[in-house]
Amino acid sequence: MKLVTAIIKPFKLDDVREALSGVGVQGVTVTEVKGFGRQKGHTELYRGAEYVVDFLPKIKLEAAVQDGQVDAVIEAIIGATKTGKIGDGKIFVLSLDQVIRIRTGETGAEAL
Amino acid sequence: MRIPMTLLILPLSLLFGSPLFAADAAPVVNKGDTSWMLISTTLVLMMSVPALALFYGGMVRAKNMLSVLMQVFVVFSLVTVLWVIYGYSLAFTTGNAYFGGFDRLFFNGMFDSATGAFSMAATFSKATPIPELVFAAFQATFAAITCCLILGAFVERVKFSAVLIFTVLWFTFSYAPIAHMVWFWAGPDAYTDAAAADAANATAGLIWGWGALDFAGGTVVHINAGIAGLVGAILVGRRLGFGREAMKPHNLPMTMIGASLLWTGWFGFNAGSALEANNYAALAFMNTFLATACAVLSWTFGEWVLKGKPSMLGGASGAVAGLVAITPAAGNVGIMGAFVIGLAAGLVCLWGVTGLKKLHRIDDSLDVFGVHALGGILGALLTGVFNSPDLGGPGLVTDWVTGSTGFPGIAAQVMTQAKAVVVTVVWSGVVAAIAFKVADLIVGLRPSEDEEREGLDTTCHGESAYHM
Repeated sequence: MKLVTAIIKPFKLDDVREALSGVGVQGVTVTEVKGFGRQKGHTELYRGAEYVVDFLPKIKLEAAVQDGQVDAVIEAIIGATKTGKIGDGKIFVLSLDQVIRIRTGETGAEAL
Repeated sequence: MRIPMTLLILPLSLLFGSPLFAADAAPVVNKGDTSWMLISTTLVLMMSVPALALFYGGMVRAKNMLSVLMQVFVVFSLVTVLWVIYGYSLAFTTGNAYFGGFDRLFFNGMFDSATGAFSMAATFSKATPIPELVFAAFQATFAAITCCLILGAFVERVKFSAVLIFTVLWFTFSYAPIAHMVWFWAGPDAYTDAAAADAANATAGLIWGWGALDFAGGTVVHINAGIAGLVGAILVGRRLGFGREAMKPHNLPMTMIGASLLWTGWFGFNAGSALEANNYAALAFMNTFLATACAVLSWTFGEWVLKGKPSMLGGASGAVAGLVAITPAAGNVGIMGAFVIGLAAGLVCLWGVTGLKKLHRIDDSLDVFGVHALGGILGALLTGVFNSPDLGGPGLVTDWVTGSTGFPGIAAQVMTQAKAVVVTVVWSGVVAAIAFKVADLIVGLRPSEDEEREGLDTTCHGESAYHM
């Protein structure tokens, strides 16, 4: 099993959710986050005071999937989020040791 | 007659407190004027709570939102109470050139329960009184908002108790005397002939006697408050992290709502300062409307050109700058004067909060000096220019016996205006410095560093503005 974590532009969230449903992903966890990468921040000016905003708002999305789904999930996310401009985001894939469904006690692929 | 009282055509001042129409048959109140003044009073109340509170509150960080709202709310109430106890008497009864007397402590004599008679206050027209209670209430809202304006200079880092101590002292020793100096006179009905005029002039406030024009409070309210704010920002000191950490406004929509309500309420402030529902109220109303719109445009376009983007905070700040600058001029200049004053206010105050602020490096957090003192001084001086009938202004009353008007010349009037500005700046600055020192000795001005970092909402008031 793999944990796929994607950092995406906030307004792409709905597109990604639809694309993931299309490839059979059963559940996703979404967090509003801030961070920086190659996309530079911006400057805000309040009367005389100038502030450089380095951390931009992004969405972090996590989905636990079976090994065989990983490529399709990655493709779905890229398809939904790619604009070709700096700031589209990143995808991380991590190995997942165990998954447990709390309600039933099921484990492993059964619990996904 | 010589001019001790060339006064302006209706500055806001007004009357005073003693037996104006005393022994005569009960004066007849003008119901239209009285209605307008009751409405104006309510509008000016709205300028403090909630308008100014929201305007200021939106500009601080979320952790200090309630402290700003609470400071404005309580200072407004405190000054209102002090006004009734002794403030009105000190400002608007006969005394000397600097202070009034104590005839009206606790509004004594405004209503006689034995006879059912109410005392009258003069307006700027002869035999056109309004109930003195209405005049006193109207003026209460001015005193209260002036003290609230000061708070913006040292938000996010001052003890609530220190604010209250400072307010009592500064209100008593700066607001009341400046109001007396600028606005106290015997009223038009005292001017029956040359001898009576001389007698009446002798009782007027110092600055009124010079012939300085201040329709609705350029000196009394804005310069007075702006200078006290600057002194406060210096004595309280900078916020922790000033210049290093981001201190962004936490809710500019609140600031926009506040500025809009200020604009609305300011019609009561300026047009109400005519004290009657007459031509001068109409002139003040339109000038207030127009100058504000001009200042929004000049600030916005100035910022756009100089800083790259036209900001909402800039638009809202421009509105307040225009309102401040037109305040002394409202009923004292013509429409063209309002155009120029408004446009100039937006640009001058934009510089006040950017270029000038970078020079002095004082943490005048919400730009009380940059907008109110600077805009007030600009308006006070330009009033002396655009009052001129040659520039479309109405001129000023040179003889209250006949009500005839004239104009001493732009240079002479600007000089008179400048003297009023200087007196106000020095007086307010000295009183503010002493008042802050006293507050510092009694309770200390600042909370601990930890408390300041955590935010005054929880550490001073035990609550927080937002739960999300």
